Amino acid sequence: MNIDSQTDEFRHVQTAHCENGVTTALLRYHGLDFMTEPLAFGLGSGLFYIQIPFLTVNNGPAISFRTMPGAIFKRTCKSLGVEVTRKKFSNVAAAEAFLDQKVREGVPVGCQVGVFHLTYFPKEYRFHFNAHNLIVFGQEDDHYQISDPVMEDVTTLSKADLSRVRFAQGPLAPKGHIYFPERVKPVTDDTIRKGIVKGIRRNVRDMLKIPGNFAGVDGIRHTAGHIRKWRDKLGLKKASLYLGQIVRMQEEIGTGGGGFRFLYGAFLEEASAYMQDDRLSVVSEDFTKAGDMWRASAIKMAGVYKGRLTEQKDFDEIADMLIDIRAVEKEAFQKLSRLNLGN
Amino acid sequence: MKKEDLPQDPGALDKFTREVCYVKNEDGKYETALSRGWEVKKQALDSAWDDVNERIEDARKAVANGEKSPVHYFMELRLMDLPVLSGYTGFFPFFIKRHLKPSVFKGLSDRKLEKYARAFDVTLHELKNFKG
Repeated sequence: MNIDSQTDEFRHVQTAHCENGVTTALLRYHGLDFMTEPLAFGLGSGLFYIQIPFLTVNNGPAISFRTMPGAIFKRTCKSLGVEVTRKKFSNVAAAEAFLDQKVREGVPVGCQVGVFHLTYFPKEYRFHFNAHNLIVFGQEDDHYQISDPVMEDVTTLSKADLSRVRFAQGPLAPKGHIYFPERVKPVTDDTIRKGIVKGIRRNVRDMLKIPGNFAGVDGIRHTAGHIRKWRDKLGLKKASLYLGQIVRMQEEIGTGGGGFRFLYGAFLEEASAYMQDDRLSVVSEDFTKAGDMWRASAIKMAGVYKGRLTEQKDFDEIADMLIDIRAVEKEAFQKLSRLNLGN
Repeated sequence: MKKEDLPQDPGALDKFTREVCYVKNEDGKYETALSRGWEVKKQALDSAWDDVNERIEDARKAVANGEKSPVHYFMELRLMDLPVLSGYTGFFPFFIKRHLKPSVFKGLSDRKLEKYARAFDVTLHELKNFKG
């Protein structure tokens, strides 16, 4: 066990999104009891939107509603002054040996894995998605004890199964990626406040100022433009599968979902208390609204893939809903950028 | 989303886990609640699987008709596309595309076929003798 750590036993934390969950549980294990999922998400500037050009995932468009894998853990730890160790491996045996050494030392570690061979996941969720995260926190007989943040309870994986998911192949292949906090010092409220300001500023930059038209708030408009053309270009069947993929990317576990707009709203509410600044909880309402609008658009999209809505005007209406969402999110981030938060 | 609006539609996750969601309570504050699922998501997942199963069936027919090699069928069966299969086998996508032709597949060495069999989680025998 880490000598600096002030806690003893690892406690499982269930969260809406896996990387937030791993970050929260590992930092709490190291004594940072104030850590919550929204705070991890906000310090890590987790909110994002991107339709990645020229890339398809599971034969559909590659869309992400959050920042790139690994960034939330990295940024959150950095802003709290937590040193982290991260390793990737080209060799399976070396990756196993390193993990076993950490398990023997009693150090819980985060692992990036692919979900396709993840045996405790329901079969319906197992697509080739390689940026899932879980914690290995011990060993019992020949099984590793696993804390997967999207599960209600802890679970286990055999050595062979764990190596298999750690060395899943394809886009975002984890290559045995393993990461954990190395040294954790006590964190003051002032550090948290500075981290909040930095996290918000970075998120404003990512959503409003990122170059190109396919990422940030403009990315939402970019997708809306695509949706208008899908019915003619791809045919109704493929177009409706694409809409289904957007909904899954937005909402489903196993593909990264997590209701990120609500999560950001919850973060701003928490941030408002830390900063003693009511303006943040006012902007929080805007993200709640954006989240509700995303859900309304998902219901409309479901009408298409259920085969109830088939006309071009339905696609146009969905595109218009996305344009409205873009306006709400853009305004919310502009409000945030105008706030003088000090520091 | 208000807490009372959180959907509880049983889906594929039922019996495995419930999902954490961030919802507004009566005081207008955020809190977490557990959801069994949402019909809208369930149907998105179902339609994705309908598509997968259709692709598998098409692939099976293509192999039975001698249009495609078994590599094509098992690739669809395991939900793989060229980049994923390329990762698991080490073959470049260009070569995998060639191996999808029955005529090219017939001439492949056991050593190469073994790589495909491992990627697909089947035996060499199953791969070689899949007739659709």
